[in-house]
This record gives sequence, structure tokens and C-alpha cells, in this order.
Amino acid sequence: MAIWVARSRNIITQYFLKTKNNCPFDQNYFLFHTNSSYKSRNRFGFLDCQSATFMAFRRFESVRAGEQAEAVAYGNEDGHENQGIDFPGGRVAFTPQMKFISESTDKRIPCYRVLDDDGYSIPGSIFEQVDKETAVKMYKSMVTLQIMDTIFHEAQRQGRISFYLTSTGEEAINIATAAALTPDDIILPQYREPGILLWRGFTLQEFANQCFGTKDDYGKGRQMPIHYSSKEHNYFAVSSPIATQLPQAAGVAYSLKMDNKEACVVAFMGDGGTSEGDFHAGLNFAAVMEAPVLFFCRNNGWAISTPISEQFRSDGVVVKGQGYGIRSIRIDGNDTLAVYSAIHAAREMVIHEQKPILVEALTYRVGHHSTSDDSTKYRPMDEIEHWKTARHPMSKFRKWVQRNGWWTDDEETELRGIIRKQVLNAIQMADKTEKPSLDNLFTDVYDCLPLNLQEQEKSLRETIKRHQQDFPADVPL
Amino acid sequence: MASSLRRIARLSLISRYTSTDGRWNTLRGLSTATDDLNSPNQCWTSNKPVNLFSAINQALHIALETDPRAYVFGEDVGFGGVFRCTTGLADRFGKRRVFNTPLCEQGIVGFAIGLAAMGNRAIAEIQFADYIFPAFDQIVNEAAKFRYRSGNQFNCGGLTIRAPYGAVGHGGHYHSQSPEAFFCHVPGIKVVIPRSPQQAKGLLLSCIRDPNPVVFFEPKWLYRLAVEEVPEQDFMLPLSEAEVIREGSDITLVGWGAQLSIMEQACVEAEKDGISCELIDLKTLIPWDKETVEASVNKTGRLLVSHEAPITGGFGAEISASIVERCFLRLEAPVARVCGLDTPFPLVFEPFYLPTKNKMLDAIKSTVNY
Ligand SMILES: Cc1ncc(C[n+]2csc(CCOP(=O)(O)OP(=O)(O)O)c2C)c(N)n1
Ligand SMILES: [Mg+2]
Repeated sequence: MAIWVARSRNIITQYFLKTKNNCPFDQNYFLFHTNSSYKSRNRFGFLDCQSATFMAFRRFESVRAGEQAEAVAYGNEDGHENQGIDFPGGRVAFTPQMKFISESTDKRIPCYRVLDDDGYSIPGSIFEQVDKETAVKMYKSMVTLQIMDTIFHEAQRQGRISFYLTSTGEEAINIATAAALTPDDIILPQYREPGILLWRGFTLQEFANQCFGTKDDYGKGRQMPIHYSSKEHNYFAVSSPIATQLPQAAGVAYSLKMDNKEACVVAFMGDGGTSEGDFHAGLNFAAVMEAPVLFFCRNNGWAISTPISEQFRSDGVVVKGQGYGIRSIRIDGNDTLAVYSAIHAAREMVIHEQKPILVEALTYRVGHHSTSDDSTKYRPMDEIEHWKTARHPMSKFRKWVQRNGWWTDDEETELRGIIRKQVLNAIQMADKTEKPSLDNLFTDVYDCLPLNLQEQEKSLRETIKRHQQDFPADVPL
Repeated sequence: MASSLRRIARLSLISRYTSTDGRWNTLRGLSTATDDLNSPNQCWTSNKPVNLFSAINQALHIALETDPRAYVFGEDVGFGGVFRCTTGLADRFGKRRVFNTPLCEQGIVGFAIGLAAMGNRAIAEIQFADYIFPAFDQIVNEAAKFRYRSGNQFNCGGLTIRAPYGAVGHGGHYHSQSPEAFFCHVPGIKVVIPRSPQQAKGLLLSCIRDPNPVVFFEPKWLYRLAVEEVPEQDFMLPLSEAEVIREGSDITLVGWGAQLSIMEQACVEAEKDGISCELIDLKTLIPWDKETVEASVNKTGRLLVSHEAPITGGFGAEISASIVERCFLRLEAPVARVCGLDTPFPLVFEPFYLPTKNKMLDAIKSTVNY
């Protein structure tokens, strides 16, 4: 691999001269062929989708191209093609040239997209077909997510819940990813991915229960709003500490691997999350253990107030994959069909090759970081506005769905009315519902109550008897 | 430095807490017990009422102003920080001295240790104390042992790590914790926690200029809530010196940070029942001022310690054990601890979890009536 990187410029030039192919996948395939073996190519027989067939072909081509380039580089330049060192991990060729690997590629890795800004599919684009039913469900889910976000955010502003955080601008990532997976795939979320739960059938009432911390919240009122979890939906509990889920994802996936499950792990992170040590640990473990994890980075440009220019150098996140030996792709996170197709293909590879994949989706955090943040303090209004309007993922997907004759303005109006009512109802219901009872403060610290907690519960109950006025009345004792 | 310490001791400080919720309404504030509250302060002409985050901000301005080798950095520090403590610093001192870091606590602290090892003042911010744990290895195995393991050839004494800690009413598991005890178990670092704006400014400047690595926890509940007059000048408050902030004769109460204001309320209430409480702000948790606490307990014969962190293995246990060692024969009752419960910090149950005024009052009474 080191060799390849050193020669990368050579290869890229020659490869592209030779193939003259304008398929949007090319450079990415090129990137990952270097680590792949023929064995994995053969295993592509598992894939029957259109894009997979295409990929098998391209991979073969690119491997050949790579070999030729190698011959050119070493045969012609210095005639040392047979000399090398048998080093652990594979033979490394010698070169008399003192060449430093460039700190970044000449050209930025392109971004896979299917729909243009007007919602027309780009001629020649390779994508997974989406039928009417799925497409409409996807669009409806995005509308639902959007309305839920708007109303919950408003509820926080009114002081009815203590905190909220929207997915605004990242609806396509949320919903299209969910749609491309199966319910058996296990989600390890960061926190801006509630759309996966929504797609899997977590109800608006269930969302409200968590945010209001009612007795029906599966987390038993212990965590801040938006920290959802649902065992039933294969959705691990959101945890505020950034990137901690990433090494865990490798472990979860290793279990799926050992159990021969036809499922993978999808672990989310933001651009900021890639800076944590746990990101490195997670990717490296997944690569070394050949764990079926799909690492999904939502690169939305910002980590609270920190722009990606102050988060990392080189060409963003996608290029990091190769350093770990992980196949990677950069996609337009605001293009529903691109997200759907890429995740669909990536999932097939992850499961059938039993190896991790890294997906970097370019998007934008249209909302403030959370209700504790005012992003106009650190980024220009027109930047926000641009992504909110011209680049919004829902508008172009809607155009595409409507152009297919699958959706009308009337249906849109009707749906919005219905969802609004449902969300408001859910909030009202949650607001009225009592909190979890006091014993939930002490349970689940361990599987059963140890002595110290038994004593503390007893003592607390005596305190409550003496000072009832000190404690919230909506927590049943 | 010494003169400013002396001068500040004579300041009469009247803390004023503005309140946005009931919890703080009854607060009279934490003044220095030895000061004459009625005499206007004569030492300073430019004391302005400021809140705690502004006091921190002033200290950081002064630190950068007075030492060209001082740096301030951390996540989102560039635009002023999520609690506004670093507002205006990047504009004033430039992006090379005040800057955002990548989202990586181990990186922040490791970088800061390296910077400090080269003779700089590295003032690193961890956005929440709850997120300090990725940096635990750097703090415990590196910063704390930097001097010792090299036979004093190297040190990272210029390192100060600031982190907001403690309850805020709605922080749940990961925006509420008080992890001070973990760090009090580590010889080689100091742990300091201020109770008010004035204390925050003077102690932070001392920490920054102290020749040892320091972890400085800021009570985030008080960032906006606590307002008091703070000298605009450069001043420092001594480390490892506890302060008796309220004199009394029946029982000694020891605490630090935001919990002191709850303890102060309990003292006021207890007084109505004829119990005279002495309240001590420990300020520096390690190395701590045993003598002040010992002297007080020798006077009162009773001790209560209170902190928000879970009771088991909390720093209250260390204080309790040390005072039992030193004052065994003088003690008239077991040392009382009123602390957080041994559970993760809960959201909905926060009022039950916390060491409230009335829990403390009950403990004061039962200790006095033992
Ligand atoms: C370990 C840790 N450090 C700091 C934080 C505070 N924090 C919460 S979100 C966030 C930014 C995350 O940005 P990114 O990963 O890009 O996700 P986004 O919010 O953009 O979706 C930070 C610094 C945290 N939650 N955990
Ligand atoms: Mg981000």
C-alpha cells in the first residue's frame, strides 16, 4: 500500500488516460482496489444489483490498470522490479528514488451523486432502482422528521422540554440510509440520526416520551432529550460522549460475524467525531478484525462552531479509510438516491466480504448545533440560507418523486396537516404523562440493587417524607 | 504576587446571586466571614459586579496579557466557547495564541503537556468535565508524573486544564458530573474549584501561574447565576489554603464549588434552630489544607462534608478519614457526608439525586443531636 501511495500520481494519470471513463465511481474504485484481493472480487458473485455487476467489472479493470502502471513505474524508470524486501505484511519493492508520499491528493475525491439540483437523474449515473412505494415512504418519512424537528424544537423554546437537536438538512442521510438497510442491521448512532428509528417504526409518541422523560420512555427518564434507544429497533442508546460508539461498533459487528448473521453494523459519526481517538480505534479494529461495520460519517461542515478546516487536513474524511485498509466512498448526503444506492451497495459488500466500509456523506448542519447554540455567532447567514433552500435534500427529492407522478402538491398539504396534528398530539400526551417512578433512580445501575443503593433508597424515601415540597410532584414515589 | 494575595484577603466581598429559578432565591451569597460586611471596600476602586464566566474571561485576558508565552485553546474556544469564557480572546491575542482544537480531549491535553514542557503556559479547555476522560491517561500517567519520572529535568508545570463541572438542572448523565475525586487520587496534579466569580478569577490566575499542572473545575451552574464584585486588576488567591467563609461553633461544614451555596443556605436555616455552623471552602482539593479543617473541627467537635459527586469514593471520604485520624478524641459524632447518590447522574431524578439543603439540614441536626 505504501508503494501504491508513493506512485499514486503516476497511476492515476495512466489509469485515467487509458480508461477515459466518466463514471462517477471511478476514482473511488481506484482507491480501494489497491487493498483488495482477487478473492474478494470473486465474492462479488453475491451481488446481483446493477451497480454491483458494474463494480465487479470496474474493479477488474482497475486492478489490471494498476498492475500495468506498476510495471511502467518500476520497469521503465529504474529496472528494479524484481528487487524488494519480504517484509511482514507483504513484499515491498525497493526504489532508488527518494519520494515522499504527498500529504494530499492533487484532486479532491469526487462525490457520488445521482440527482442534480433540479432532481433530474444525471445521465449515465449508476443507482439502485427505487420503486414507488419505497420512494413515497422515504419522502413521507423525511416530511415527518422535518415536522417533528420543527415542533419539538419549538417545544424546547417554550420550556416544555429541556433540550433538543434537529436533523435539519440531513433528512436524506437519515431516511435513505434507513431505507437501504434491513431491520436486522444494528445502528450505533451519534445523535443526529433519529430518522433511522422513525423509518423502523419508532412512533412519534415514542420520540415524545423520550424527550419529555415520561414513564413510557424506554430510557426511564434518565437521559437528556434526543438520547433515544430501542432494543426492538436494533438501535443502541445514544451517548453524548463523542465517538465512543465507534470501537464498540467493531465489537458488535464481530459478534454478527461469528454468528454468521446476514446483517451488519452501521455506526454514525460527525466530522468532529473523526478527530477522537475512538475513531481511530474503531476503524483500525474493524479493519484488523474484518468486522462487518459500515462507518457512516455525516460531514456537515461543522462541529458546533468548529469548521472542518480546523478539524482535519487533507481531503476530508473519505481519504482516511485507506490508511486503515478500509474501502471508502464519498457521497452527496443531500441526494437521497445517492445515499440510498451507496448504502445499499456498501451494505452488500460489508456483509458478503465481511469487511468494514467507510462512507463520507457531504451535507450541512442547517440548524444550530442544538437548542443551546446560536450558530449565527460563528457562520454566515447566507451560508445557512443556501443550504436551507438551494441545497436542501428534500426539495430535489420531492421534485424527482413528483416528476415520476408519485406525489402531488395536494398530497403534500394533506400529509403535512396530518403529521403536524400527530406530533402535537404526541407532545400533549407526553406532557400530561407522569414521570417514571422513583425506584427507577436506583434500578439498572447494576442487574440488582446492591446494599449501598438499598440503603440510599431507604434514606431518600425518609427524606421525601420529611420534605415533600423539595421534590417534583410528577414523579410517583 | 504576594502583595496582591495579601490585598485581596482584606477585600470585603459581598456576593450577590441573581436568580432565574427558585433554587437561588433565598441565597444571601457567600461572603468572607472574616470581613466586615458593613465597611465599604477601600482597597479597590474598580470592582464591578460580574458573573462567573466573565470573571474567568478576565483572568484569561490577564494571563495572556501578562505572559507572552501563554496560550488558550480547546474545542470551540475560538468564538468564545460554549460558555462564553473565552469571548474576545482570539480577537485580542490572535489565532495563534487562542484557538480551536480538533474534537479530541486526549489531543488537547497531550498537546498542552508538550507546550507546557517547553516553558509555556498552556491553558487548555475541556468543554465539559464529563468529557475529560479521553484525556485521563494524559493527565494521570503523563502530566502528573512528568516531573517525578525525569528527576525534575522536565516538568509541565505551565499546564492548566479548565473544565465546567457539576449539576445544572437538566444536564443528565453527561453534562452534570463532578469527577474531581478521580483526579484527587493522582499525586502530581493539583485540583482547584472556585465558589464564586471573585474566587474564580483569583484562583484561576494562581493555577495558571503555579509551577505544577492543575485541573481547574468551574461550577457551570454559577457561570451566569453567581454575580459579585470582582476587582478588575490582576490578583491571585493562594492555592492549598482553605477559607472559613462563615464562622460557627457547633459543627464544621466543608465543601467546594457550587455546593457551598447550598451549604450556606443550610447554615442560615440551622441558625434559626439555634445551631451555629462554621462553613469552610476547601478551594484546593489536592494538596488540601487539613490544618484549617482540623482547627475548625477541634473547635466545633463535629464535621459534615458535602459534594455533588457520588458518596462512595468521593473526596468527602478522604476528608472524613483524615479528620478522624487527627481529631478522633475531639469528635462528638460520626462525620456526616451529604453527597450525590451512587447512581449515574440522572435527568428526571436530579432533585432526588442531589445533596439538597434539607438533606444537609437533617444531617446537621442529627450530628449535633447525636
Ligand atoms: C468527548 C466529547 N467531547 C466534546 C463533546 C461536546 N460536543 C458535543 S457535540 C460536539 C460537536 C460534534 O460535531 P460533529 O461530530 O461534527 O457532529 P454534528 O453535531 O455536526 O452532527 C461537541 C464538541 C462531547 N459530546 N463529547
Ligand atoms: Mg459536524
